[in-house]
Amino acid sequence: MKILLNNRIEEFIEESISVSEMLLQKKFSYKMRIIKINNLLIEKEKYDTTIIHDGDNVQMLYLMSGG
Amino acid sequence: MRLSEIKSHLSKFRVGIAGAGGLGSNCAVALARSGVGTLVIADFDVIEEANLNRQYYFADQIGVNKTVALKENIARIDPGITVIAHQEKLDRINIIEIFSGCNIIVEAFDSSVMKEMLIETVQVSMPDIPVIVGSGMAGWGNTNDLRYRKIDNTLYVCGDEFSEVSDNLPPLAPRVAIVANMQANVVIDLLMHNI
Repeated sequence: MKILLNNRIEEFIEESISVSEMLLQKKFSYKMRIIKINNLLIEKEKYDTTIIHDGDNVQMLYLMSGG
Repeated sequence: MRLSEIKSHLSKFRVGIAGAGGLGSNCAVALARSGVGTLVIADFDVIEEANLNRQYYFADQIGVNKTVALKENIARIDPGITVIAHQEKLDRINIIEIFSGCNIIVEAFDSSVMKEMLIETVQVSMPDIPVIVGSGMAGWGNTNDLRYRKIDNTLYVCGDEFSEVSDNLPPLAPRVAIVANMQANVVIDLLMHNI
């Protein structure tokens, strides 16, 4: 499948994958983040059960301490 | 558009500011100077000497609650601005009560845990209210790394999304105030377009 990840096209071998699996494959290890799929926020406890499909628009925002 | 028309338009809106530290105090002042009519500001903290390197407070306000001092400082800039101050630690419950009715919410926390909590709460429970996030502003220099990014119609981020504060990379006035003013600039842009 092909998805849009932060406005860039990313390809995965699988037809669909969970958010957790995507984070693992892309080696995104930094924990403080916001993920939205097709403009809908995905809560952390739903990363295992939320599935990313072909054509989805995935946005990730890293939250850095400081302010 | 003339300044008087801009101020008259902005006076109709209510903006929430979650946190009154470096981001919140500077952003609130910029919004007040621009004429945003009502600011809802929440923070439980009191002013410490270490805050004065970047936060919009004065040495004689050390020990005062931040929201009380900020309300006072804004009244000195423009007594026509309404400031609703909440001396509370924000959580998933009171965020909804405090900020419902706001046209926009500015995320102005220091800690990334609080940033995440606020964004999740607003986006899930009040999905129509745009949130303007500040992320990545520690240190100095690298001015061009500080940028603005629209994620979608309800989520915007200002900062470099990279520089995290640490003992060797503290937050300093210029980059923190730049990001705070970028957040204020996004707020005004949205309000000028009636969101």
